[in-house]
Amino acid sequence: METLAQIHERLAARFPAATLTLVPNPAPPAQASLLLDAAHAREIAVFLRDDPALRLDYCSNVTGVDWPEKEIVETTRSVQIDPAGGPPRTIEQKTKRLQPGCLEVVYHLYSMALKHGPVIIRLRTGNRSDQITLPSLTPVWRSCEFQEREIFDLFGIVFTDHPDLRRLLMWDEFTAHPMRKDYVEPDDYEWEPTPHDDVLAKAKAHYPAPAAKAE
Amino acid sequence: MGPHHPSTHGVFRMMVTLDGETVVKLKPVFGYLHRNHEKIGENTTYLASMPYTDRLDYFCSMTNNWAYALAVEQLAGLPVPERAEYLRVILAELTRLLNHTCLAGFLLQDTGASGTPLMYAFREREKILDLFESLSGSRMMCNYQRFGGCRIDATPEWLAAARQLVNGYNAFLDEYEELITGNEILMARTQNVGVLSPALAVNAGITGPMLRASGVDYDLRKVDGYGYYPRFEFRIPLGDHGDTYDRYMVRMLEMRESIGILRQALDRIPEGPVMDPKAKIRGFKPKPGEHYGRIEGPKGEIGFYLISDGTANPYRYRVRPPSLINLTILEDLCLGHTLADAVIILGSIDIVLGEVDR
Repeated sequence: METLAQIHERLAARFPAATLTLVPNPAPPAQASLLLDAAHAREIAVFLRDDPALRLDYCSNVTGVDWPEKEIVETTRSVQIDPAGGPPRTIEQKTKRLQPGCLEVVYHLYSMALKHGPVIIRLRTGNRSDQITLPSLTPVWRSCEFQEREIFDLFGIVFTDHPDLRRLLMWDEFTAHPMRKDYVEPDDYEWEPTPHDDVLAKAKAHYPAPAAKAE
Repeated sequence: MGPHHPSTHGVFRMMVTLDGETVVKLKPVFGYLHRNHEKIGENTTYLASMPYTDRLDYFCSMTNNWAYALAVEQLAGLPVPERAEYLRVILAELTRLLNHTCLAGFLLQDTGASGTPLMYAFREREKILDLFESLSGSRMMCNYQRFGGCRIDATPEWLAAARQLVNGYNAFLDEYEELITGNEILMARTQNVGVLSPALAVNAGITGPMLRASGVDYDLRKVDGYGYYPRFEFRIPLGDHGDTYDRYMVRMLEMRESIGILRQALDRIPEGPVMDPKAKIRGFKPKPGEHYGRIEGPKGEIGFYLISDGTANPYRYRVRPPSLINLTILEDLCLGHTLADAVIILGSIDIVLGEVDR
C-alpha cells in the first residue's frame, strides 16, 4: 500500500482547494493520520473509497475526541548584555496563549478488497460551542450510521446529511454530552451507609452542617 | 418488541411497523444497558479497564481482554513471551467454540425448538467455562490478560484437560449437526431468510462470521496475522447465499477449524514465562501517541482505540463494538419478512447487549 505521505500528495494534486494536514503519531506503530477540511471531506472520502489503488471500502471505526481549550504557558529566555560591562543577565519571559478547543472525529479506513490499511482521516469542528457541524460520511460508508449517531449523542457533533440523526444511547430528552471532558455528573444524591472518597465529599455537601456546641 | 422480551437476547427494543405480519419498518432502540464504559475507561488507569472489558461481551471475555491488551501493547511497544501468545490463541479459540455453540443453541431457541438444543449447547459451554474457571478463577469475568503476557500460567494438568475437551468436541459437533443441520424445519425457517449481499455487508462494516456468510473473505487472523496465527494452518469457511442458514453453517464450520487450531497450539505450546519480565504492572504510563488495535473476536472485529497523553489514564478510550455495528443492517434484512423471521434474523446476527450499549 502507498504510504500516507504518498496518499497526501495524490490528494493534494487531485483536490488543490482542500486543506490537508498530516498529523504525525509518536507511538511505536506510528499510525499517522490525515486531517481534512470539512468542506471537501465528502469528495475526498468518495475518492478514497473508489480509487483503484486504495479501494478503502470498509470504514471500521468512527470515534469522537474532545479537545478542550488549553492554556499553554511558553517560557522564552533571552540574554541581555549589561551596557555597563557587568555579567550578562538572563531574562525569562512567560507568555500565556490560549489554544482553541475543538471536537474531532476519527475514521479508521481499511480495504476489504485489497486487504490493507489502516488509513486514518480526521475532521475537526471550528470550536466546541457553536461551530459543531461536520459533513456526515454515512452516505459513503454505511457503517458510520450508528457510530456517528453515537458521537452526536455523546460528543454533540452535528452531522449534516445524516439519514437519521437521533441520540443512540442516551434518551431523547437528555441535553448534555457525557463524553465531553467538561461534563459534570448531575448531583443525584443517594444516601450511603459507608461513604468514602468522592462519595464522602458528595455526602458532606448534603449533610446539614453540625450545630455549634454550646459550652 | 422489547426491551424485555426473550427473543431480543437482553434488553433491546425494536420499533416494528407491520403490515399484517410483514415487517415494513424496523428501528432499533439502544441504550438500556448504557453505563458509558468509555468514560469510565478515561477515568481509570490502563490496567483498571481490563476487568471492565470482560463486561462488554460477557460471552467472550477472553477475546475482549486480548483485544485490549494487544492495543495497549502495540501503543507502548511491549513484547509478549512465546508461551503467553500460545495461551492467548488457545483461549481465544476456546472462546470462539463457546460463543458459536451458544449461538447455535440460541438460534434454535428462536426458531421455536424450545429448550433441548440450547441445553445441549450449554452443557458444552459449561465444560469450557470450567476450564476458564480453573485457569483464571472466574467462569465468565476472566480478567486474564495483562500488558505483556498473561496473569497466571497454565499447569500441565490444565493443558491436559483442555486437550481432552478439544478431542471430544468434534463428537459433540457431529451429534449436534446430525440433529440440526439437516433438519427440515430449520432449513425451511432459515434458508433465503434475511439475505445479506456482499456489497452491502462490506459497506455497512459487517465483520466476523456474518460477513463471511455473505462470501467476503476477510478474517483478521489471516489479514492482520496478529498473535501467532500465521504459525497455524486453518481455513476460512465462506458462505454462498448470505442467508440465515449460511450464517449458522459458517459458524459450525468455523468451530471445526478452531478445533484444528487448538490441537496444533496444544501440541506446540513451549515452556517459558507467561509474562514479559520487564513489563510494568503498577505505574504503567505509555508515551504520548495514539493507536487502534483490533482482533477477530467471535462476533467480529473488536478493536480498541487509545490516545495516550503520557499519564496513567488514557486520554481517549474507545471500543469498536462488533455487535453494534453488525446491527446496522438489521432493518434491511428484516424488510419484507414476517415478524417471526425478524426474531431469527436478530438471533443470527449474534449480539450481546453489554457490548452494544456499553
